[in-house]
Amino acid sequence: MNGLRRSFLKRTTGLGALVAAVAIGAIKPADVLAASRNDAAFKATTSPDAIKALGMSGATNSTAIAIRAPDIAENGAVVPIDITSNVPGTQSISLFVDNNPFPYVGTFDVAKGSEPYVHVRIKMGKSSDVRVVVAAADGKYYQAAKEVKVTIGGCGG
Amino acid sequence: MGDPMRIRAKLVGDTADVRVLMAHPMDVERKSGGKVVPAHFIRQIRAELNGKVVWEAQISQAISKNPVFAFKVKGAKAGDKLSVTWEDNKGDSRTDSITLGAS
Repeated sequence: MNGLRRSFLKRTTGLGALVAAVAIGAIKPADVLAASRNDAAFKATTSPDAIKALGMSGATNSTAIAIRAPDIAENGAVVPIDITSNVPGTQSISLFVDNNPFPYVGTFDVAKGSEPYVHVRIKMGKSSDVRVVVAAADGKYYQAAKEVKVTIGGCGG
Repeated sequence: MGDPMRIRAKLVGDTADVRVLMAHPMDVERKSGGKVVPAHFIRQIRAELNGKVVWEAQISQAISKNPVFAFKVKGAKAGDKLSVTWEDNKGDSRTDSITLGAS
């Protein structure tokens, strides 16, 4: 128990500065990704490209999507985001951070038996718009965005 | 296998407010001491209510370390079994479950 704690302390103090130095802007794609996964979207380096890869282009701006996020996030490594969609027949909620090296954060599929709500904690490299695209049952897409200012970037986790 | 998840659920009518905390580094690829540390992150999450998928997520490494997710499962009642499974990019996975109303 004590030994574990000792080595943990050593590691954190020794590597802390180095880790912090490489932390900013260091998101790279993984080499191995499953076939069912939309690789193109996850590897896209701009939000429009990622949205296009997902086939969600041409989304209508909507006030029915509520994004609750801090105006100013002190720590970019952990930015809490609450998304509630009041779009009728919401199927999935996709999240993008425009200024991240790889903007596509993920898609949350609620169609099979969940309320159109999700809470996540994300990493943000720098201040950016947080963009949400909702897929509705009628095949249309709706989007909303909210700006979050980041004082310390947190791509390194 | 990874460490156990912490799953909390509160029943509000027939909706279960679920909150899951996973223990995972969610590493992005980075260089450390001249070596490349490969990315290591959860890619896929699935929640099942009595064995039926009710919530799914595909995520990237932009999710914070030790991820927390909250979602609301419809049509749940006390005694139902809720299980959550994650799968990471190294092929590791873990499933934990709880019984609703018992936590």
